[in-house]
Amino acid sequence: MTEGSSPARAYVLHLAVIAILVVLNFILPAYHHGLLARILVLATFAMGYNLLFGYVGLLSLGHAIFFAAGLYGAGLGVHHFELSVPVAFMAALACGAVLSLVIGLLALRTSGVAFMIVTMMFAQVLALAILYFAPLTGGDQGLVLQQQERVVHLGDTVLDLTNPMTRYMVALALFSIVLLLTLGVVRSRFGRVLIAIRENEERTRMLGYDTFANKLAAVVVSGVICAAAGSAYALLFGYVGANFASVQYSILPLLWVLLGGAATTLGPLIGTLFMYYVVDITSGYTSAYLLIVGIALILLVLFFPKGILGTIRQRWVRWLP
Amino acid sequence: MMPLMTTKGLSRHFGGLRAVDDVDFALMPGEIRAVIGPNGAGKTTFVSLVCGRIEPTAGMIVFDGSDITNLPAHKRVRLGIAYTFQITSIFANLSAYENVALPVQRTLTDGRSKGQVHAGVTEALERVGLANRAHIPAGQLAYGHQRLLEVAMGLALKPRLLVLDEPTQGLADSEIENFTGLVREIARDATVLIIEHNMPVVMELADRITVFEAGRILAEGTPEAIRANATVQRAYLGGGDD
Repeated sequence: MTEGSSPARAYVLHLAVIAILVVLNFILPAYHHGLLARILVLATFAMGYNLLFGYVGLLSLGHAIFFAAGLYGAGLGVHHFELSVPVAFMAALACGAVLSLVIGLLALRTSGVAFMIVTMMFAQVLALAILYFAPLTGGDQGLVLQQQERVVHLGDTVLDLTNPMTRYMVALALFSIVLLLTLGVVRSRFGRVLIAIRENEERTRMLGYDTFANKLAAVVVSGVICAAAGSAYALLFGYVGANFASVQYSILPLLWVLLGGAATTLGPLIGTLFMYYVVDITSGYTSAYLLIVGIALILLVLFFPKGILGTIRQRWVRWLP
Repeated sequence: MMPLMTTKGLSRHFGGLRAVDDVDFALMPGEIRAVIGPNGAGKTTFVSLVCGRIEPTAGMIVFDGSDITNLPAHKRVRLGIAYTFQITSIFANLSAYENVALPVQRTLTDGRSKGQVHAGVTEALERVGLANRAHIPAGQLAYGHQRLLEVAMGLALKPRLLVLDEPTQGLADSEIENFTGLVREIARDATVLIIEHNMPVVMELADRITVFEAGRILAEGTPEAIRANATVQRAYLGGGDD
């Protein structure tokens, strides 16, 4: 896959994408500006999912748990414990790390369909726990974070995360860090082992690799990225809701990644963007927009079976990471 | 001289089937040892126990003076026990280069070799004659080349003991000739344990031959001694079922 022949090209492409997104901050109309900020955070969630699903080949149906861990880790932190925004963000990452480590240790004892079911069950436990502890979590109403809870004080600098410009740039910063991190990981020796596990786990083991440890590391990295996205979502958009822990939010990242192209670094962004705008545009015309979304998905599967970027890579641009 | 690898009372039972039954075995450093025997004699099970792909029911395995019976497979590989699969097991969707890069980076991480991944990959591919096919997806290589790639992966692990499970199976006669040359070359710096059905290859390559039957060692000796052994003739060489 990566031969080390085109590292420069790949980095230039990724930096160009980030540059375009920076420019969009200043030229997009308010509505699309807000939507894109949201998409960037959710694309980060999808990138975390892609690392595990696309590169290691582990299909989790419970990744909402990591997003929700970040969401509630940060949200409860600022709301109940009066943590500052950066501390709440770090606390959310810690929640994601601990949770993914524990779930990884248990769920990785299984594989295939059993892994899907086990991860899904874990996610259900959290979703139900959030509803059960309603006095703390707000139950199915969720929590709304107030404006003053979402202001960052760094020395003399004040970052107001409710300001659309600031919010967009913070979302983009998180997205960019995770994008470049993903690119770095998949091109590294660790990434080579992850891909090898996806392709032939037994062979990888017989080449001297501890496949369990590598898979566990991938689950934790993936879980922390998803928790970072969840935490950013809470802090940037001020809403912490139980629906983000539901099965739907375990399926969505899978859908975004499949659409954009599994095991491509930019696929999650493309998939999330595509899905959001198809829904956005069609729902402007008809209340039966899900019908059109469904047809669009079927056409994509027919003509882009490996996702948008995956198919482009397969047919035309072989060097895409 | 101390043996590189020994087994004592090594057994593996599958239900009532004694696939490997109380085997005492010793392998001297630097030798090419062939393991032969009829189908179902327990040859693959035996080497799988040595590599750690399956766990023994009883007995122990000693490698280079230390007990490795309970060591997981990946740690045995790091000690220098490399296994090439009976059924070609490569990363079909990855290039030949990437296939070999994995074992090379393993030895670099373990500190058993030095330098760059690229240099190690090039060397291993050149040794088996696949250097000009480095960027072809492994699954698109001809079958013979896939077998060679598998050997290159084993070589790249810098093994002290290389286990080859029926490496010439499915190869054309011309390819087999190259292959025996390659195994001889490998044996200059590694001990080779080879399961093989092709008797001319066995007779040509092996320093010693171990004959398995029904999970036990039936006979062991030089190729000449094995050829002359009446029991072996009856069980295998003469009216063989293979």
